[in-house]
Amino acid sequence: MVDFHRPRDLSEALQIRAATAAVPLAGGTDLLVRYRNWAGTLPRIDRPVLYVGHLAELRSVDVAGNGSGPGMIIGAAVTYSELLEHPTTPQLLRDSIIELAAPGLRNVATLAGNICNASPAADAACALYALNAEVELAGPGGRRRIPIAEFITGPGTTVLKADELLTAVHLPPDRSTVQYYRKVGTRHANALSKLSLCACARVADRRVTQIGIAVGAVAPTIVKAPRIEQQLQGAGIEQVVSQIPDALRQYGQLIRPIDDQRSTADYRRHVALALIEQFLARELR
Amino acid sequence: MRETRFTLNGKPVSTNAHPMTRLIDVLRDEFRMTGVKEGCGEGECGACSILKDGRIVNACILAIGMIEGCVLETPEGIAGTDRGRAINEGYAEAGAVQCGFCMTGMAVATEALLRQNPVPDEDEIRAAISGNLCRCTGYAMIVDGIKRAATKGSGLW
Ligand SMILES: Cc1cc2nc3c(=O)[nH]c(=O)nc-3n(C[C@H](O)[C@H](O)[C@H](O)COP(=O)(O)OP(=O)(O)OC[C@H]3O[C@@H](n4cnc5c(N)ncnc54)[C@H](O)[C@@H]3O)c2cc1C
Ligand code: FES
Ligand code: FES
Repeated sequence: MVDFHRPRDLSEALQIRAATAAVPLAGGTDLLVRYRNWAGTLPRIDRPVLYVGHLAELRSVDVAGNGSGPGMIIGAAVTYSELLEHPTTPQLLRDSIIELAAPGLRNVATLAGNICNASPAADAACALYALNAEVELAGPGGRRRIPIAEFITGPGTTVLKADELLTAVHLPPDRSTVQYYRKVGTRHANALSKLSLCACARVADRRVTQIGIAVGAVAPTIVKAPRIEQQLQGAGIEQVVSQIPDALRQYGQLIRPIDDQRSTADYRRHVALALIEQFLARELR
Repeated sequence: MRETRFTLNGKPVSTNAHPMTRLIDVLRDEFRMTGVKEGCGEGECGACSILKDGRIVNACILAIGMIEGCVLETPEGIAGTDRGRAINEGYAEAGAVQCGFCMTGMAVATEALLRQNPVPDEDEIRAAISGNLCRCTGYAMIVDGIKRAATKGSGLW
């Protein structure tokens, strides 16, 4: 039978993680489904489990003010429901959470679990890409902070070391004036995305001063292209419209979907590009 | 083996089940709370809904080790209250119960909703039961049943 650790605090959790490489457990909505077993039997997991969902150090949301408005530091054990109730949660992240699963899941599941699970179809993680979030990792050597796009390296893989835990998600101040979230799935609740688009922008005086576009479930990792975003940033909204064909050509090269049980590659490519076009052509006002 | 302590329908209890045991198994097999139903066993259908610290959760994808110190309410705990009776009457009047398998989970979702929002509109009701599947009714009667429960139990939540 596997060991189950319920550490007193974060430092004990990090010691256990370093000593045993135990699997972190937050809300369990990915982990316990993955290792699901027959009713009445224990999950089929053969490594020690380290519960972190109760740790006070990971349960807080801090508003990190700076000159351009409130950013957020979201503890790794904060649930989706708690984020929906928090006044400074950016609208785009809110939009992605409202369509994620159902209340019973949102009451236990976490952003950290969504990120560490590293699915290209992860909906909240997709919003975090668009918002340029960073993750904070803690290990025996101290803490480090890296952009989410560098943390996730492939389907189910991250740069998290066997002795580290994800401790928080850092969000820069959200100054966007336009948010565009589209999740394409079979039904509203409890359906994984066929694909999704998370986009936001700041438009001031008919000029796009900041833009973030992330596309989920169309490549091995969520697609975010800072180079294309830079080409669009600073342009007037009419100018952006004239740049659409070029932007779509570039996104077309990054979008490499697969056929699976949820959808086909052709459908995903077509709809993803159409949604990007819709955002650039009609939503930037 | 270590003990897990929690509150179940108002009473302090404990279990020596392995901490990775599914909460649904502990509730059904050890505490005989058979109102907690198993449908999918993977978080999708809501048949196993209970309240944990006042919020709806799926007992099939929680391990008992995650429950230490929590306050749990099962359909049995809710059924015995005035609010539970208002929910039952609302559902019965609306003809919202067919085979009945989803019902205990629906009642828990209804209780969770009405605690937060005693006068929900149709969209709010549908969002609140979005994690609870019913293969019989087509949901319209359930939505109606929840509206009736809210009216009948007005002032209770
Ligand atoms: C019915 C159902 C519907 C769902 N719908 C959606 C949906 O619409 N969109 C979507 O994106 N997802 C969906 N999911 C997937 C899942 O709910 C989310 O990915 C959720 O955010 C996972 O969070 P968790 O806290 O439950 O993670 P857990 O299951 O606890 O953990 C997930 C992974 O992260 C690791 N981990 C957790 N916390 C840490 C930490 N602090 N440090 C290091 N590693 C850690 C775990 O070891 C594990 O590998 C659904 C799942 C179910 C069962
Ligand atoms: S049995 Fe738990 S959600 Fe279906
Ligand atoms: S009444 Fe049969 S599943 Fe809902």
